[in-house]
Parts: sequence; structure tokens; C-alpha cells
Amino acid sequence: MIVRISGEGQYELPDEDAERLNELDNQAVAAVEAGDEAEFHELWKKMLDFVCEEKGRALEDDELVESDVILPPRDSTFEEAKADFTGEGLIPD
Amino acid sequence: MPGLGGRFSTVVKAKVSKLLDRAEDPGETLDYGYNKQLELLQNVKKGIADVVTSKKRLQMQEEQIKQQVVKLDTQARQALAQNREDLARAALERKTVAQTELQTLDQQIAELETQQEQLTENEKKMRAKIEAFRTKKEVIKAQYSAAEAQVKIGEAASGVGEQMADLGLAMQRAEDKTEQMRARAGAVEELEKAGTFDDITQLGPPQDDIDKQLAELSAGSQVDDELAKMKAELGKGGGETPALGEGQQS
Repeated sequence: MIVRISGEGQYELPDEDAERLNELDNQAVAAVEAGDEAEFHELWKKMLDFVCEEKGRALEDDELVESDVILPPRDSTFEEAKADFTGEGLIPD
Repeated sequence: MPGLGGRFSTVVKAKVSKLLDRAEDPGETLDYGYNKQLELLQNVKKGIADVVTSKKRLQMQEEQIKQQVVKLDTQARQALAQNREDLARAALERKTVAQTELQTLDQQIAELETQQEQLTENEKKMRAKIEAFRTKKEVIKAQYSAAEAQVKIGEAASGVGEQMADLGLAMQRAEDKTEQMRARAGAVEELEKAGTFDDITQLGPPQDDIDKQLAELSAGSQVDDELAKMKAELGKGGGETPALGEGQQS
């Protein structure tokens, strides 16, 4: 699965890790809906670390592939997150 | 992996494929796409230059306010030497405001620094993708029939198109930020010129009432502390600083 972090770049994430990312995303959505800013920022950081440092492999700059998932910019504010983190998860049921 | 994505409303994917469907000659479309990409690259350069200009302006403003701080400090000392504690206090209050403003400017300059780095990094990525696209398009034009080419182009174009869309978004964000800072910097400059420097606190960054009250409280005690320190220093100097005659009220 190819994940783009908006403003940064693309990462290849093993398919078996998609479920974990989706889980974190669902929790982030819940935090946003509950208006819990601190909780959201913590989950958001977890998601980014998960993709960038733990599981993902950064794609070369000259690889031309489309992403399966695009995550908002790292410096998104909580206000922006309210628009981005809504509705169903990364993987619709 | 099908069925993924599409949830993030911030992300706009370039509708490159639509454009491709309409084209008669895939080769021509490829060249058009390539030219569009180069155009975008020019815009990014302009965007980076804008960020740098804004940063320089803030740095100049920072320099001016630093001088202001030194001046106000000197004025406070002079006022105190003449036993005008009221004037000294006013100068120190302004100095506190100016120092707070310096902190804000520091943060803003750092933020623009980050924006500049990010855009530069993005430009590098885009350049690499464009180069990859250019190579691919020559191969496609040379090796495939029109029908096959259509498919191949679609793949290459959506990869580079996504990068273009994302770069566009990053530029928009950078522009919004510099725009806000520029507006604020302009307002600060005007207040400075008009000599109503203490009104700066009203410009934000957005604070709620409690924040404001707390800031005022700490500013007040900071002024008291500094005033006491200055008095002590002057006291140590003994009678060396002659009073200039006017406004004595000891």
C-alpha cells in the first residue's frame, strides 16, 4: 500500500500494516469528534511515526506511482483536522 | 489495494486522466503534460522566493524593534535619573510589549524557515518526478501503439499528477501563512510609526481573555522588577548622575 503524507512524500507500507493504520485513524476520528485536541495530536503523531519511521519505506523521488491513501500535512491544526478526520475510516467497511 | 482512500477532503487529485481521454494524439498530450509540469516548477520557485522575501521583511522588523528596546531602556534610565518614575514606568511598559513582539517575530521567522525548507525539498521531489516522466514519455512515444500508450500514459500521469496536486497544496499553505504574517507585520509597522506601540497586544496572536489578563499581570510585575533593578543600579552610582532640573518630585 502506498501512503502519501501531504507536503512530504510517499511511503510504501506492507499491506498487513494497513489495518493498524486504519485503527489509529479511527481513533483519531473519534478524538476529533469528541473535541479532544491533545488526544488527537498524540494519535496523529503515532500515525505519522508508524508510516515514516516504523513500518514504511520512503519511495525514491523519481518513482511515479499513485497513492492509495493520502494523509493531511504534518502541521495540520486541530481546526483543519475537524474537516479532514471525519466519516468512515481509511478502509470503508 | 482497492477501496482505499478518498476520505481526506483536503486532497485534490489532478484530473489528468480526464484530459488524457480527450486527447487524440497521446504524444501531444505527453508534451502538454510535460510543459505543465515545468510551468508548475517555475511557480514553486516564485513561491519560495516569496517566502524568503517575507522572512527578510520580518527580520528587518525584528532589527528595528531590537533597537527600539535599547532606546526604551535608555529612556527609562534617563527618566529615573530625573526622578520621573512615571515616565520610566511608561517606557518600561513599552519595552515589555516590544520584547513580547520580538518573541512573536522569532516564532514567525522560524516558521517561514520551515516553510522554505519544505518547499525546497518539494521542488527537488517534483523535479525528479518530472525527469522520470520525461524519460518515460520518450519511451512510450517510441515503443507503444496509440491504444497501449494511452494506458501507460495514464499510469505515469497519475503518479506525477498527484505530486503536482500535492505541491500545489503545499504552496497554497505557504502562501496563506506568509499572507497572514505580512498583514500583521504591516499593522505592527503602522502602529510603530504612529507611536502607539503598546497597542500591539491587540493584534494577537489570537488570545482569549484569560491569556490576555495573565500576560498583563506578568508584564506588570516584570515592569516592577525592572524598575526596582534600575533604581538600585542608579542608587549605587551615587550622585554621579546629575538631575537635569526639570520635573523633580522626590
